[in-house]
Amino acid sequence: MSTIFGIPSNALFSQLLVGLINGSFYAMLSLGLSIIFGLLNVINFAHGAMYMAGAFVAWILLNEAGIGYWWSLLLAPLVVGLFGAAFERLLLARLYKIDHLYSLLLTFGLALIIQGSFRQVYGSSGLPYAIPAALSGGQKLPFMFLPNYRAWVVVASLSVCVATWLLIEKTKLGAYLRAATENPALVEAFGVNVSLLRTMTYAFGVGLAGLAGVLAAPIYSVSPSMGADTVIVVFAIVVIGGMGSILGSIVTGFGLGLIEGMTKVFYPQAASTAVFVIMALVLIMKPAGLFGRAS
Amino acid sequence: MSDVVQSPASPSSLPDSRAKTPKAIRLYLGVLLGIAAALVALPFAVYPIFLMKVLCFALFALAFNLLLGFGGLLSFGHAAFFGGAAYVSAHAAKVWGLNPEAAIACGALASMGLGVIIGWLAIRRQGIYFAMITLALAQLVYFACLQAKFTGGEDGVQGVPRGHLFGLFNLADDRVLYAMVAAIFMAGLLAILRVIHSPFGQALKAIRENEARATSLGFRVERYKLAVFILSATLAGTAGATKAVVFQLASLTDVHWATSGAVILMTLVGGMGTLFGPIVGAFVVVGMESYLAPFGAWLTIVEGLIFVTCVILFPNGFVGALAKKTAR
Repeated sequence: MSTIFGIPSNALFSQLLVGLINGSFYAMLSLGLSIIFGLLNVINFAHGAMYMAGAFVAWILLNEAGIGYWWSLLLAPLVVGLFGAAFERLLLARLYKIDHLYSLLLTFGLALIIQGSFRQVYGSSGLPYAIPAALSGGQKLPFMFLPNYRAWVVVASLSVCVATWLLIEKTKLGAYLRAATENPALVEAFGVNVSLLRTMTYAFGVGLAGLAGVLAAPIYSVSPSMGADTVIVVFAIVVIGGMGSILGSIVTGFGLGLIEGMTKVFYPQAASTAVFVIMALVLIMKPAGLFGRAS
Repeated sequence: MSDVVQSPASPSSLPDSRAKTPKAIRLYLGVLLGIAAALVALPFAVYPIFLMKVLCFALFALAFNLLLGFGGLLSFGHAAFFGGAAYVSAHAAKVWGLNPEAAIACGALASMGLGVIIGWLAIRRQGIYFAMITLALAQLVYFACLQAKFTGGEDGVQGVPRGHLFGLFNLADDRVLYAMVAAIFMAGLLAILRVIHSPFGQALKAIRENEARATSLGFRVERYKLAVFILSATLAGTAGATKAVVFQLASLTDVHWATSGAVILMTLVGGMGTLFGPIVGAFVVVGMESYLAPFGAWLTIVEGLIFVTCVILFPNGFVGALAKKTAR
């Protein structure tokens, strides 16, 4: 068996793949957080709970209604997004005029409610979600075995990220969004309904988290705690990348997933802390974040 | 004229920390005496172990509130100090065989050191970022505690001896232990009141109200922020270290982010930036935790609902406590 730096290449590549998979989820989650933060100035603590809810909606659709994976990919983000829109309209929108820390506390409360509710109904142990038939099996590459589903997750996540980037940078709607991020009052004066734009942005951001949840369901078991720790890692990633740019959060998400995977190979004890240590280093050297604008 | 200087709706509508009139001072002393009297009377009415838990968390919440209400900094990672100190004092009492007061001092010192590091990193950003950074660094501490040898991983440090206070008083007696916890709590409370009323506290208030102006007046804002952060961390650590001796246990629960959330909830319920509010909040939240413990996840749901209700219904009552400067 061939080795690289004394590590069997098999192990190296499969950990890299795990890193890439985690990176896919980090990228989608931090992308949603950045978009929401850009327009609403809100750090959505409920993002991890929305990710978990997306996975649960897919599980419930399959087990209660017999609706399979592919429909879930469409329906679960829709359900999560609609819920998010209602939450934004009814509660979050009341807090824009006061200190943003209150929105953080509100979304933290929402996260507790969602997590507690799912744990109350479905228990804390993970529920299995089968890989769809069309994506089972895998490819035998010369250096490793590549499961089809994992390849699909990376491709799907990349496509969604690129599509989101195009939507924001190249369409008229995206132009409104960017303009409203810069100066909401002025954009409102031009006749754009900024409060609707905020609701849509929040719904879209949490919808992305819901979609990430569906993609994650067959890889990790579906459990009420799946988003809670992830969201903290994603916060660290957002601090590392800075929230200035869309592309920045995608790159940082994938990059840190890979770094985390590499740490697992070379120094497994530090795998769960690598992202936080990098955050500390970035704070020392470039407090505004790698892609952030100094405030 | 006075309403020009300070309109009723101004952010500083929290109880003025410099009580000027004799009436205010009397009220203030009255509350303190009331607390002291309650500390003496309550153990006859309430289960002392529960009371000691409340006092530990009340000191924790007071420390957190010192940072938020008077420093304007929302830390989402205070469990790191509370739980970290709990581990250190448990280790000091159990493995090194120190007396309880020395073990608690070790825990508080360890928290102080941790506070220097985390504070130094976190004050580089403001507002929402500050909250996220403290949360992430506390998660780092959590994983360190999960993996370190001396913390016992998932089991935690169990069977910590309560020992003899100053080598004299046997803390196995709940009444003696209660007296010690009450004394620590009272000392912490008085220390916080002293700090708030000192020139240092006034400078903090100025920074909270208008950071740019405080800077232009020549205050080294960063140093003040770091100092109050370290102070808060040390007091939170004292609370955690005491809790480890009382319950003879240091576990991962104390370093988990849920504990950071719980202390925020206590402060929110009691009223951010009020002097004595966090004590009430600790009573309510610890009581609720004990009462709802048999109902599993309902506790989490109810806590979440209280968060949402407090934030939505009474934000204006709390706004004064928070700095106007927001994360931009």
